[in-house]
Amino acid sequence: MKITPKDVAHVALLSRLEIPEDQVEKVTGQLNAILEYAEMLNKVNTDGVEPTAHVIPLSNVMREDEVEVSLARELALANAPEQDNGYFKVPKIVEG
Amino acid sequence: MVDLFKLTAHELHERLVNKDVSAVEITKALFNRIDAVEQDVRCYITQTRELALAQAQATDEKIQRGDEISPLAGIPGAIKDNMCTKGIKTTCASKMLEHFVPPYDATVVERLADANAVFLGKTNMDEFAMGSSTENSAFMQTRNPWNLETVPGGSSGGSAAAVAASTAIWSLGSDTGGSIRQPASFCGTVGLKPTYGRVSRFGLVAFASSLDQIGPITKDVTDCALVMNAISGHDLKDSTSIPGNVPDFTKSLVNDVKGLKIGLPREYFVAGMNPEVEKAVRNAVAQLEKMGAQCLEISMPHTEYALTTYYIIAPAEASSNLARYDGVGFGHRAQGEDIVSMYKKTRSEGFGPEVQRRIVLGTYALSSGYYDAYYLKALKVRTLIKQDFDKAFEKVDVLLTPTSPTPAFKAGDISDPLSMYLQDVCTLPINLAGVPALSMPCGYVDGLPIGLQIIGKPLGEETILRVAYTFEQNNDYYKCLAPLGEV
Repeated sequence: MKITPKDVAHVALLSRLEIPEDQVEKVTGQLNAILEYAEMLNKVNTDGVEPTAHVIPLSNVMREDEVEVSLARELALANAPEQDNGYFKVPKIVEG
Repeated sequence: MVDLFKLTAHELHERLVNKDVSAVEITKALFNRIDAVEQDVRCYITQTRELALAQAQATDEKIQRGDEISPLAGIPGAIKDNMCTKGIKTTCASKMLEHFVPPYDATVVERLADANAVFLGKTNMDEFAMGSSTENSAFMQTRNPWNLETVPGGSSGGSAAAVAASTAIWSLGSDTGGSIRQPASFCGTVGLKPTYGRVSRFGLVAFASSLDQIGPITKDVTDCALVMNAISGHDLKDSTSIPGNVPDFTKSLVNDVKGLKIGLPREYFVAGMNPEVEKAVRNAVAQLEKMGAQCLEISMPHTEYALTTYYIIAPAEASSNLARYDGVGFGHRAQGEDIVSMYKKTRSEGFGPEVQRRIVLGTYALSSGYYDAYYLKALKVRTLIKQDFDKAFEKVDVLLTPTSPTPAFKAGDISDPLSMYLQDVCTLPINLAGVPALSMPCGYVDGLPIGLQIIGKPLGEETILRVAYTFEQNNDYYKCLAPLGEV
């Protein structure tokens, strides 16, 4: 499996990153080096092996459904790059 | 009188309790030390001197009132800059969070504050904890106090260098693939990555959530136990934290390894390892054997796949975790005509090259058509790696390995990403398995410290500390300070 500059451009879009055109070649090369190295995993027989996403046997950790103090609006907005009238402000998303 | 900054937390505690010295005096001694050497070592992104003095003052008042004080009360330390501190900038050494001021404290910060510890500031790191040399910081280069031409390791390079330079008595690091242990090894300090879930991750800026763990970096093993006592334990705010009681880790400071079984996994003594490193580690093993431990060589056959497995899983988790930096709620924001161009510009300006590389790699490994081939495959190999540990621990109590195949390298010497990843070859299998491991000094090569890694069973920190304490007390490494600022 060899990653192409086109793949890099596609994954960059999925990642919401802008890779300058003069960098795409370099990034492609670096990723290929890493992915080629990763090919070694194909040598390992994993038939019937369960995947491990997490190492501790905890699942569906719940707490009592009690109302607790939440962050005040001013505090939640304090780090917002742009805000307006108590809301986070973003560029226009919907046309019309 | 001895320089206060040179002492350990437990030595300083004794002096506080005996009223030989005040907490404010200790804190000011640390300020003076920082003033003297920080320009060379550059550990701190942010210093919090006003807060530190107020915290020290509070402990002095307690002592004057005759109240009992906790072992860390009035003892100044430093926090890696990826742990949230209420009202204090938390940057992750990234332009993305350059001006981010968290509205809450990480649980570890809260617990240390409750123990009346003194906070000197926030330490430098590789951006978002991605790196092994702290050269990926967006702000500055931290140097190794043992030799200013070399790196302190990473990603917790600022935290390890601060303890080694005596500009902090203790510090906190975080470890996703070796980020506490490798810098501890390079800087000749003690660094412990606890069992996954032992210490709350609430308020730790997430890198790879199934691997991240916070732990202490200290001058000696006793201080390691003291910081562990303060930060460990279940936290409702972290659903992956382990319920149940936490032992008093100071009870494990026993100078005796008789009857303990120590395993040497032969796969960790890799080709290309510095021969002096191997010699020092084997010497440590021989010493422990002489003291009554039983040593046996074992095999962990999937070790060679750990690096690859890690560099698929960690970037995959990172690509998901770092999706939150969208220029809306907090962090850097660039202008764009529409929302997608705003996202793209924001993230490309805010993240450095290594972070972007890992996001792209992780996104690729998770993307449609490649998920099974890379991510799922890696999760299955992770199971086999974990089983290697399970099987090893049926035979032995701890495993001993080098922490890093080499001592600290010169700044700028490793520029290829894959070679940098190889730095973590002895440390990252431990994160994949979720077990605890400690690094401590066990020798020197060309004036640079060598790290011994002691790996334990899940929740086996007590056995690790016992082995570490025994080795420490029968050697002088912990008494050796980095030759910095001496005339």
